[in-house]
Amino acid sequence: MASEVAEETPKPRGGRFCTLCNARRAALKRPKTLEQICKECFYEVFEDEIHRVIVDNNLFRRGERVAIGASGGKDSTVLAYVLSELNRRHDYGLDLFLLSVDEGITGYRDDSLETVKRNEIQYGLPLKVVSYKQLYGWTMDEIVKLIGLKNNCTFCGVFRRQALDRGATLLKVDKLVTGHNADDIAETVLLNILRGDIARLSRCTFITTGEDGPIPRCKPFKYTYEKEIRNLTSASSWWRIYSPNAYRGFAREFIKDLERLRPRAILDIIKSGEDFRISTTTKMPEQGNCERCGYISSQKWCKACVLLEGLNRGLPKMGIGRSRGIDNERNKDVKETNGTKSLESKQCGSLDF
Amino acid sequence: MACNSGTCQSGSCRDEFSAGEDGRKQRPVPEIGNGSDHASPRRGESIAEGVCIKCKVNGTIATTHPAITGSGGDAGRFCADCFRSNLFGKFRFAVTSNAMISPTDNVLVAFSGGSSSRVALQFVHEMQQKAQKNFDATKSTERVLPVFRVGVAYIDETTVYPVPSNDFDRAVNEMELIVSSLAPPEKQFFVVPTESIYSTDFTAERDRLTKLVDAVSDVTGKQDLMKHLRMSCLQKAAYENGYTKIVMGTCTSQIACHVLEATVKGQGFSLAADIQYVDARWKIPVVLPLRDCPSEELNMLCSLDSLKTVESLEQPRSGINGLISSFVKLLQVENPSRESTIVRTAGKLTPFSFNTAPEVGDVTTHLASKRRQKKYNLKPDESLPTESFCLICNSPLKKTNDFHHGETHAEIYSGTCSSCQFQILPKDNSSMEYFCSLLPQSMTTLPKYTNDNQKLLREQIQDCLLSESDDGTS
Repeated sequence: MASEVAEETPKPRGGRFCTLCNARRAALKRPKTLEQICKECFYEVFEDEIHRVIVDNNLFRRGERVAIGASGGKDSTVLAYVLSELNRRHDYGLDLFLLSVDEGITGYRDDSLETVKRNEIQYGLPLKVVSYKQLYGWTMDEIVKLIGLKNNCTFCGVFRRQALDRGATLLKVDKLVTGHNADDIAETVLLNILRGDIARLSRCTFITTGEDGPIPRCKPFKYTYEKEIRNLTSASSWWRIYSPNAYRGFAREFIKDLERLRPRAILDIIKSGEDFRISTTTKMPEQGNCERCGYISSQKWCKACVLLEGLNRGLPKMGIGRSRGIDNERNKDVKETNGTKSLESKQCGSLDF
Repeated sequence: MACNSGTCQSGSCRDEFSAGEDGRKQRPVPEIGNGSDHASPRRGESIAEGVCIKCKVNGTIATTHPAITGSGGDAGRFCADCFRSNLFGKFRFAVTSNAMISPTDNVLVAFSGGSSSRVALQFVHEMQQKAQKNFDATKSTERVLPVFRVGVAYIDETTVYPVPSNDFDRAVNEMELIVSSLAPPEKQFFVVPTESIYSTDFTAERDRLTKLVDAVSDVTGKQDLMKHLRMSCLQKAAYENGYTKIVMGTCTSQIACHVLEATVKGQGFSLAADIQYVDARWKIPVVLPLRDCPSEELNMLCSLDSLKTVESLEQPRSGINGLISSFVKLLQVENPSRESTIVRTAGKLTPFSFNTAPEVGDVTTHLASKRRQKKYNLKPDESLPTESFCLICNSPLKKTNDFHHGETHAEIYSGTCSSCQFQILPKDNSSMEYFCSLLPQSMTTLPKYTNDNQKLLREQIQDCLLSESDDGTS
């Protein structure tokens, strides 16, 4: 490749040209394809790819109201920018909103919420912040005070997953988009194999989920590498304040090692997830609605309502760890907790689809 | 029956128990500590520490054989006899419930020298020995079923992975001793060089094989190509020597690695084909009777019974496959049930039509096996149309495989899976032409389920090969 470039044009000293435009100096190596390209071409191919994904998968229809799940992290920040840019350039005709969740954790969300407020101003997108206090009557600080540090992640994760749906309902939007990227989806495929979760394995690669429900969720970044999102944020003058994401756990490290060895492995994992032959007769939990709040649930009551009932009754342990009532061995619980934690990566269960 | 044991690891048994549950609830809870000091009986009657929880008479392996290294939880729960009979029970159950071996079969055991294939060889021998005793005891009676025959094959890969010749000779000699010690009944032992996949003279064979492997630049692609060639060699050796089944010692741990390897390479569609008990897409069906046995248990059995293994010829794994091996080992340390969980998850993918034992002429044994099969095995989807297969790795291809029109070798690309396209096939046309000339003919003309396109494809590839003045299959 290098020799071919040299043959086509005289090679200038001290630099390599962009392989796409062959005019500007290459500024970065594209993680997905390992091409040496310049900044301008990177922006262009990045945005064009997202546009292609949106069009090919018919993610939106003209006139729809779309909420962007905005955590203040780099994924949702880039998502907000790209969507508003593509909406303007390609005239999707969408009404875009930013939707944030405030868990009520002192010191944790402040920076990220500030970032989202800046995004609101910078991109001209209306922002709606829904808090746990507003939706559930409890902040995470209050919950932690009641039950201690152990198991509070269960509350936070369960409430958060539903909070986006509740917030989207308040905004009266038609669709909800999240910033899950290719690395997240590949990791989820692996985790579902490791955990033996065949039901989730069959649907974790869907680019749109909940199409039967009131507000479908879309993942425009399904095929976008996390490293490219990071390249985009570092190459631009965008605000760089992000809430800390502690990536940890075996599966995430494994994904990173894979990517180093073979960048396309991430897309290959997603392709495998799409291609798995899973029988429709395999027992899957039936999707229904919670009797109490009406949101999606495979049980009579959704998990959030069960936990909420426990909190409101002063029995916060209700609904946590079915095995606790059967086996009181402390070692077992600790081991289970440790085992579970080491497989998780992004904080507070944001990987659940 | 072994499956009645609460600790039975049989995938089929677990599938039955968990059929009605949410997959999430099946997450295995580690029941054992890391060291034998922490292991203790957790179920049933309270038993003194160090006593087998099954027979309640003998001391546990951890007590009677403290020197066994790397022993897992079973060492702290079972005595040697119960542990051994439990393992053999899993093997026998897999064989009988999947109709793996019939009395008229001639079975070729693939032996690499490692623990898994060593146990497979031992168990096949013991099963044959028992059948022989039954035959001898009743041969004067009418209508006695014959005893299946057994051969052993080792694939010699020293052309590609050179080993000092005295090391190799010593290893082969040890294998011959192992095979000859498993008699009566006697078993023939074959050393099959990888280059025997071709059918020309010796020197040209080795040269051609070396060039073929060198034409693959990707490390993982090289390993996978060697793996595919290994199976082709086994098939050829089995076919030419009249064998009707091939037994592989593939265990739970290896299958768990393969599940992740296939997933990472984009082979999610064909993955289910590779992990079933029976694989009849080949001319000689391949069976995996140790599918539900973890390598840890097999290693332990080799230590307990002093089963001799030959380790020096093993190749270290690198690239994607090596990374996955390390990852699975890491997970296994954290949770000893992880490998089984991975295999069980993948076991729920829909098998292919060739993942059942092919019909045998013998009606009596066939009916007996069928009765068992109904109870324990998933029914593969018989209504699926016949598959087309990758020319290199023989994986079933998804119908929508796309390729670029206008390429000179588009038809070859369309005949291979995306994984082989990426990591084995060369990128440019001239290299592709060269690569095709080096491919063994069996990889392009192996009889399998075909349609018209596949037939045309084979003819086109044969045109490429004719220019090399190849003799064809002997």
